[in-house]
Amino acid sequence: MTPLLEARGLTKHFTVGRSFLGQSGGVVRAVDDVAFSIEPGRTLGVVGESGCGKTTTAKLVLRLEKPTAGQILFANQDVATLEGEGLRAYRKSVQAVFQDPFASLNPRMRVDSIIAEPLITHERLDAPAVAARVAKLLDVVGLPARSRELFPHEFSGGQRQRIAIARALALSPRLVVLDEPVSALDVSIRAQILNLLRDLQRELGLAYLFIAHDLAAVAHMSHVIAVMYLGRIVEIGEALRVATAPQHPYTQALFAAALPAHPDERRDEAVLMGEVPSPLNPPPGCRFHPRCPKVMPVCSQEEPKLKLAEGRQVACHLF
Amino acid sequence: MNGSRAASLTVAWRFSALRVEGFPWIPTAILGTIALVAIFANVLAPYNPEVGVLGDRFRPPAWQAGGSEAHLLGTDHVGRDVLSRLIFGARVSMVVGFTAVIVAGILGTVLGILSGYLGGWVDQVIMRVTDTWLALPALTFAIFLAAVVGPSEMNIVIILGAVYWTRYARVIRGEVLSLRERDFVRLAIVAGCSKKTIMRRHILPNVLNSAIVLGTLMLGVVIVTEAALSFLGVGVPPPKPAWGLMLADGKKGLMAGYWWLTVLPGLCIMLMVLSANLLGDWLRVKLDPQLRQL
Amino acid sequence: MSPLLEVSGLCTQYVSARGTRVTRAVDDVSFTLEAGRTLGIVGESGSGKTTLALTLMRLLPPAARIAGGSVRFGGEELLTKPEREMRAIRGKRLAMILQDPMASLNPLFTVGDQIAETLRAHESTPRRAAWKRAGELLAAVNIAAPLRRVGEYPHQLSGGMRQRVVGAIGISCGPQLLIADEPTTSLDVTIQAQYLKLLGDIQRERGLAMIFITHNLGIVARMCDQVAVMYAGRLVEAGPVRSIFNEPAHPYTRALIESIPKFGDATERLTAIEGQPPDPAALPPGCAFHPRCPYVIDRCRAEAPPESQLARQHHARCWVAAPATVGAARG
Repeated sequence: MTPLLEARGLTKHFTVGRSFLGQSGGVVRAVDDVAFSIEPGRTLGVVGESGCGKTTTAKLVLRLEKPTAGQILFANQDVATLEGEGLRAYRKSVQAVFQDPFASLNPRMRVDSIIAEPLITHERLDAPAVAARVAKLLDVVGLPARSRELFPHEFSGGQRQRIAIARALALSPRLVVLDEPVSALDVSIRAQILNLLRDLQRELGLAYLFIAHDLAAVAHMSHVIAVMYLGRIVEIGEALRVATAPQHPYTQALFAAALPAHPDERRDEAVLMGEVPSPLNPPPGCRFHPRCPKVMPVCSQEEPKLKLAEGRQVACHLF
Repeated sequence: MNGSRAASLTVAWRFSALRVEGFPWIPTAILGTIALVAIFANVLAPYNPEVGVLGDRFRPPAWQAGGSEAHLLGTDHVGRDVLSRLIFGARVSMVVGFTAVIVAGILGTVLGILSGYLGGWVDQVIMRVTDTWLALPALTFAIFLAAVVGPSEMNIVIILGAVYWTRYARVIRGEVLSLRERDFVRLAIVAGCSKKTIMRRHILPNVLNSAIVLGTLMLGVVIVTEAALSFLGVGVPPPKPAWGLMLADGKKGLMAGYWWLTVLPGLCIMLMVLSANLLGDWLRVKLDPQLRQL
Repeated sequence: MSPLLEVSGLCTQYVSARGTRVTRAVDDVSFTLEAGRTLGIVGESGSGKTTLALTLMRLLPPAARIAGGSVRFGGEELLTKPEREMRAIRGKRLAMILQDPMASLNPLFTVGDQIAETLRAHESTPRRAAWKRAGELLAAVNIAAPLRRVGEYPHQLSGGMRQRVVGAIGISCGPQLLIADEPTTSLDVTIQAQYLKLLGDIQRERGLAMIFITHNLGIVARMCDQVAVMYAGRLVEAGPVRSIFNEPAHPYTRALIESIPKFGDATERLTAIEGQPPDPAALPPGCAFHPRCPYVIDRCRAEAPPESQLARQHHARCWVAAPATVGAARG
């Protein structure tokens, strides 16, 4: 099956600051030679900590940024080169839900206008048709019909996130980028939203790019998990395998650092030391080597490439 | 959202402690009265403000010795009724003040939005112009323009608009810069909206609050500038009554003790500007407590 | 031996500007904490957990008032103490660390200055000695190159390091009780693990009692001996951590525990709690959880349940899970 979206050698560098004489300052290697693919109707989960590049990857997929190198292919077309009709078609197919439910909705617009905005931008529907679509979308996300006349501030965080989801679905996209969709919500609401997202995936055949720092949520929602560190993918493979038997030392540390679900699961093992280095000055060789408990001499000299090991791809000299 | 309820309740309390929730009745009433006076000047003013009876010059207000009921607030140096001049002067101040504020506001807001949202060379050009403009002292600039185009009520409005739009542009641009990064704007891009649509639908309504607040605050500044221009003789041309002009004329009579010719118009200017400022201050906090630039 | 902290029937209210609306942020809360033990107070937004922490520290905003109850710390009643005496206790015997280190640290002063400030305020340590102590404290919280860091400003440190500085300030005067309000919410996963390990080590070394205020049951599972679950200002369940996780009685607690995604469990639907947390200013009558409760009975809608003992030190407020009102005891 051809993947819906494919990233090849995706790279994004930001130049930071210029010194007095106009020489360029540092380069932030936010995303460096990243490759992944998303199958139709499946979820790719991306985990990583600050500076790993997952948010930049999302922006690249959404064409909010243009890659410095590499490509994102959607239906075999390079997303960065799309213009006019091609770009419009892409925007119809790829939508997003962001983290902060309070910032995602224009406070001065009514809910029906918010949800209808993608519709009226792309399609020539008359008012009753638009209203009917909005009503259906509200129903799909579990909000009462009268919501359409209200303003965002009259809703709670979880409800606003539902509005954001309804809007994302307005054009029946093929792929929805979910950037921390439940992190800002109360714990008791998160399960509701995650369940909704899964149901929608099943019913509508949506593919998701699911970005989160909550490992358990990502593991629960994803079919494939990619683990990023300082702009590179260090491990990528089938979700269950990566979550229960991680191979890369960073992935292992990450899952070991996750909080237990029960007091009997307390682990008091060695905790990963050191800070996450800045993407301005990544360490030479394998970017993880200064913190790696299994570091070897070659790690500081050569960057490991992703290779198949234990049923998934790992970028580590141990393999 | 884990934003502490304690924190948000503290903020609410602090505002009530300052009695910001209390609507500023008095300033609004004053402005409202001035507006009504301006509108109904024809009906309210007992005399023609531009024509005077020379024999009746320098009459003091009615409650002073030498004053008469015919001229409640006295007469000026050519015998014109001060009360009527003040009433018609309100019209000039209001019209000039509001129109100038609106002109400056529209110009400044539009340019501020374009500059903030589009960035690039548009931003550079507009900002350099703004910088240059702001480097010139407003009053001097206004005087210069007035001297060039000649004084008339219309010209004054244009001049004031041209001088003060930059203050708007600066503030609005700052707001737009931060609005641009907000998620709902990003999502509008993701939805496929054009830049024009985003500026109109998402940016403009969210800067309107700041523009309105800035407008009320600028009203005071504009009126004082108009008064200064009139005072200096390059504002509204005589014999049309303008409070600033009345100040200029009345200045001559100060030494002789004709206090009402300066104090009364001065009082009017002060009341109007103060009320506008107080209303603007209240609006600022009420509409958006986080307006930093102001 | 009497417990270090004894809270009984604590009630804190927020009063609206005109005195018309009273919001019961903390309603009849009671619990105890022994020296050296860790309590986790779990709740979501509007549960009152932060207000509870502020009440214990007597740091409430002007809009709030303590409407009743008692807080005994080391045998002394805190609620009636004059501010002067509270100042001597706060920071010295009773310390608090907050969620956002950038907000807790003054950007204009060096890290060393800020640690030293607490030392000089409480222990009248002279300047140079305080500075030296600051360096030692930074080392105690595992900050590398502490003598260099002491002279740096908050913005020069990473988020994890800033949070450790905040921790250093918290422990600087050797408190008996440290209250941590969502201390790791802004931290990355691995940094959070480091920080929690640090807090655990410090606690063991110094015999420190801790209260963790959090919405994250994972932190509770990792760090706490006892748990207290708050909902709409009331303590709906409290008990030893294993008891709570193994046999949660209150439907809210049960639902919270079940709604956490677990590894290796990818196919099951998560158990969700319907509805939203209530607005503290407009609580439903009876048991505040009843609109969302799958086990609701008529009594729940009319009367708020009292605390009932379920097992040793485990009690809950629920008509269905803990119907016995005879012998209702304060845990």
